[in-house]
Amino acid sequence: MNDAPPLDAKAWQDEIFDVLRASAVRQVSYVPDGGHARLIARVQTDPDMHAISLTTEEEGIAQCAGAWLGGNRSALLMQSSGVGNCINMLSMIEICRMPLLMLVTMRGEWGEFNAWQVPMGTRTEAALQMSGIHCIRAERSEEVADTVRHAASMAFDGGSALAVLLSQRLIGAKVFVEGGTAI
Amino acid sequence: MSAAARLDRRQAIARLLARRTDLLVATGLGSPTYDVAAAGDHERNFYLWGAMGGAAMTGLGLALARPSEPVLVVTGDGEMLMGMGSFATIAQSAPANLTVVVIDNELYGETGAQETHTATGADLAGIARACGIASADTIDDNAGLDRLAETLHTIAGGPRVAVLKVARTESAKVLVTRDGAHNKARFRLALGLPAD
Repeated sequence: MNDAPPLDAKAWQDEIFDVLRASAVRQVSYVPDGGHARLIARVQTDPDMHAISLTTEEEGIAQCAGAWLGGNRSALLMQSSGVGNCINMLSMIEICRMPLLMLVTMRGEWGEFNAWQVPMGTRTEAALQMSGIHCIRAERSEEVADTVRHAASMAFDGGSALAVLLSQRLIGAKVFVEGGTAI
Repeated sequence: MSAAARLDRRQAIARLLARRTDLLVATGLGSPTYDVAAAGDHERNFYLWGAMGGAAMTGLGLALARPSEPVLVVTGDGEMLMGMGSFATIAQSAPANLTVVVIDNELYGETGAQETHTATGADLAGIARACGIASADTIDDNAGLDRLAETLHTIAGGPRVAVLKVARTESAKVLVTRDGAHNKARFRLALGLPAD
């Protein structure tokens, strides 16, 4: 298996954007991640969407809840390290039976150079499931759009709370350089 | 500040809500929920009983979704300290229809009246201003409350933060629904949205 990012990395991010637009998502909040960079840039330039930069991921859970109270659909973008920050705030989604669509780019699972990403990456899915969030994984670029489309339908038509976990295989391991040599 | 100069929290919130019409209100857990309930339960109220640190961000999501209606968050100093980064997030989105009122008694009232960081100098209005919310003031008299009441029912001039310095007296716990799903449905129906 080739560890390099797929050549169509931009394509699947654009496809997520298209799905969010088609799903009438109006608020997109995020703590940035390289895997979401193109999607965030698309949201920022869309006049029908609010792009909301968060200082910490749990802010986005409360913002998604407030948006739903007011009749807006939201999507919350983060990397796997941010999932642990959300656990108590997710009680709001469960107790109020609100829909939630989280798009989580995974770190610490595929050629990860930075071992500090591994503990949370290893426990991301379990933490979400423990918090009542249904998880769906997308491993390959060609399945991303369909996965997000069906997740959005489960959230906004069915009222479910779920997270799409976007595999690090999609994004590629971050390349670090030490002493002028890529390692 | 002397104790004599502090506001009564119940009277202050009642004064701010007295003329409400289309105002949407979200409360932070604990005493702010009881204070808003004491002023009269309302179908446009959403009460948090948990999710500490999330009140202001609930208000942001709501304010962006409902730009034609004024949105008021009523929370406490302890709850706001837990979500202080929200000030920076709100400043960046800058919804003109959002006001965050922080009832500041400098105590964690629900857990044994331990002092919060505002008791030793943390200035929540100053922090909000430093995060980029230009309209952020500390209020300790009725004249200030009346000026705030003039603006918080409008959809212009926000985002605003108002920190109310209140006495440390404890008031009766006025209970309202703890059923979050019911509260959500009631709130959405009041806005003409489907319950779920």
